[in-house]
Amino acid sequence: MARIEAEVGKPQGGFMKWIDDRFPFTKTMEHHVTRYYASKNFNWWYVFGVLAFVVLAIQLITGIFLTMNYKPSAAEAFASVEYIMRDLEWGWLIRYMHSTGASFFFIVVYLHMFRAMLYGSYKKPRELIWLIGMLIFFVLMAEGFAGYLLPWGQMSYWGAQVIISLFGAIPVIGDTLVEFIRGDYSISDITLNRFFALHVILLPLALIALVFVHIVALHEVGSNNPDGIEIKEKKGPDGVPLDGVPFHPHHTSKDLVAIIVFLMIFASVVFFAPEMGGLFLEHANFEPANVTATPEHIAPVWYYTPYYAILRAVPDKLWGFILFAIAVVLPVFLPWLDRCRVRSIRYRGWMYKTALTVFVISFIALGWLGLQAATPTYVMFARIFSALYFAFFLLMPFYTAMDKTKPVPDRVVYHA
Amino acid sequence: MTEDDLDRNRRHFLTVATVVTGVAGAGMAAIPFISSLQPSARAQAMGAPVEVPLGSMQPGEMIRVMWRGRLVFVLRRDEKMLDKLPVDRDQLRDPNSEVADQQPDYAANETRSIKPEYLVVEGSCTHLGCAPLEDFDATLAPDYAGGFFCPCHGSKFDFAGRVFKGVPAPTNLRVPPHRFVRDDLILIGQDSGAA
Amino acid sequence: MRNFKKTIAGVLVLGTCFTVSQGGLAAGGSVHLEPSEIDPDNVSSLQRGARNFMNYCSGCHSAQYVRFKTIGKALELSEEQLIDNLMFNAEKTFETIRSAMPPEDGARWYGKAPPDLSLMARAKGADYIYNFLKGYYVEPGSPTGVNNVVLAGTSMPHVLWELQGYQEAHFVEHVENEGTDEEIRTAVFEDFRPLSAGSMDAGDYDDFVRDTTNFLAFIAEPIRQDRRKLGVWVLMFLIFFFVLAAQLKKQIWKDVQ
Repeated sequence: MARIEAEVGKPQGGFMKWIDDRFPFTKTMEHHVTRYYASKNFNWWYVFGVLAFVVLAIQLITGIFLTMNYKPSAAEAFASVEYIMRDLEWGWLIRYMHSTGASFFFIVVYLHMFRAMLYGSYKKPRELIWLIGMLIFFVLMAEGFAGYLLPWGQMSYWGAQVIISLFGAIPVIGDTLVEFIRGDYSISDITLNRFFALHVILLPLALIALVFVHIVALHEVGSNNPDGIEIKEKKGPDGVPLDGVPFHPHHTSKDLVAIIVFLMIFASVVFFAPEMGGLFLEHANFEPANVTATPEHIAPVWYYTPYYAILRAVPDKLWGFILFAIAVVLPVFLPWLDRCRVRSIRYRGWMYKTALTVFVISFIALGWLGLQAATPTYVMFARIFSALYFAFFLLMPFYTAMDKTKPVPDRVVYHA
Repeated sequence: MTEDDLDRNRRHFLTVATVVTGVAGAGMAAIPFISSLQPSARAQAMGAPVEVPLGSMQPGEMIRVMWRGRLVFVLRRDEKMLDKLPVDRDQLRDPNSEVADQQPDYAANETRSIKPEYLVVEGSCTHLGCAPLEDFDATLAPDYAGGFFCPCHGSKFDFAGRVFKGVPAPTNLRVPPHRFVRDDLILIGQDSGAA
Repeated sequence: MRNFKKTIAGVLVLGTCFTVSQGGLAAGGSVHLEPSEIDPDNVSSLQRGARNFMNYCSGCHSAQYVRFKTIGKALELSEEQLIDNLMFNAEKTFETIRSAMPPEDGARWYGKAPPDLSLMARAKGADYIYNFLKGYYVEPGSPTGVNNVVLAGTSMPHVLWELQGYQEAHFVEHVENEGTDEEIRTAVFEDFRPLSAGSMDAGDYDDFVRDTTNFLAFIAEPIRQDRRKLGVWVLMFLIFFFVLAAQLKKQIWKDVQ
């Protein structure tokens, strides 16, 4: 290890010096890459951050090429997607990568968030990282929603119709707000055009900026680890955390393995199941938007269905919207709801473990229920799981404070 | 060699192999994206060869047609025009059509055409792509026997689309691939060689 | 009461979205779909399907996103074969499949223009199409004289009657909540009984419909087989890359205690 640091630290002359006198290149690289020390005991839960970054890159690159060929007008949008799928050289691959990437973005981000809940990564001093992360999640939801309208298929149209109508539930300003979002008296060419602008310019820029800030904040306080121990508190004589290894080459080589495994799964979907049984590309979206006929069964894309199920579980339009909004926003408060003294689930008691398990089951169940037609039985189940979802957050200050914790070791647990 | 050296060698080898594979993979992944920039099936369909009937054309008459969104002149030269071709040879930059890219082989002759009567050239000045004007009576520019005159920067071409010396255009007007389907029908955009 | 229920049949409730199927009006989702068993690798089936499509479908239906060239390449047909056998309404192989019938006429004659079929198999599924084409039965009094078990009240006539002949469908009535205000009577499709013979026997007709369905599935996503082939190579490359990267990771982490 000492050898690696010696190589990194050697003085640079010539061109690099010229650059460094004018721009903190080497300094930045050291701060964020070669001398950014993260715990050596990271497990595979810790790869989803970098994977989210990879998906972001895939979406940006494929998005640029789709934008070159897509036409944001109600008259041409659907046909231009088929043009990309059929007439454009390799267009099908670019489009499938983008549509699959959208779903994988949410898979990866959900797992990334779950990791934070497993190991208490949102707890002091990382509250701000969590808040920025939640902002990224909100922007991502808006990005996915705007993007889903663009193919101008039946699901694009009617999905947007239902979700935009939600805002109509807000008292007094509701109807005005809905018109304001659509820019028209119904979802139209105008709506499509502005959603396109949001999808390809505003929201991606916001996403990139927030990801940047997310990483800067992370590198300021340092990464958490599966033991939830501050590795900065135990430093060697050289000032390097005893349990830390440099991001490069150690974590990068590990992340590369994760990226390749991720790409295998990603490629399997892109090449062998791009529709994912109607989950990633819904069947009804292969029919052009038809204002006069609603498809038999409307469900949002799977990544919104947990919240959609909560919305449907409430028999009142306004309250449905309110609970839906609260459900989306509640995780923001995790750093202050969690009163436990330890971070990692490894040293927490049975209460948090049980609560987290119930939460995960509820979230997945709500996601499944949101995809189904709302029969009375399913609505009843959705109510139960919604209650459990809210209970996880609202009761957290109590059960985390009461929970019996185990002693946290001095140094991280690592087996070479 | 010590075990440390062996390790270092192995590590060096693996680093190089991984980087090379990664770069190769990225390169292969780039192919679809770069390929997507070339003309699509629709562009190819819209850029398909166009048929030009010649039946009603009189000697000295010129028609303009579009092929692949580009302007093409079809000129039925009369005796006077054909007679002028050999006259100004020494004032031309490329009298023998030696710049290979500017015409198919079958048009690399004195008249730059398949049949002497019919000239088919792209109406795009080889200087910066303006559309030259027909100037058969040499009224737009002095000092030449007439032909095509580009209004943008004053380039002059003769009745075979050959560029004169002393003007900005570097080469002769381009002759697009074309063939006679019948005596009175030209197909622009396709050689006799192609299917 | 029965009429009232008929009118609410097919009406959808936003957000809750369930369909109520009524006597004589069996909704698409409620019929059991027999698997179509199409084979996208079977080129001669696709060729026969293309011929069927051009002969029986393209008179009224377009496939506006599909170029003849694409069909020729995947179905191993030469330009001459394409022109001679499939291109009745087109001159150049780069053209797309247009219908012989202008959409305005279709809307006037059938109440609704026959839909474009480019993506029908992706929107509805191959099994749906297969069962739809087999699902016509005689219903006196309907505008076309027939109805369909898969898509009740379809405005499309039984174009293939000369091949299949006519059949009648038998329904069994299921009653829910009997005797209450919420009583729902549902006619559930039981089976077909032939009325008159067509030029094909049942097995040949199944094959005919299967080939046609196969072709429709092909035009819905012409690059399907290509992407699967390419996918294998991509995965093989990634496995190789994985082995290298995993070794490198092991080597780099060797000195971490």
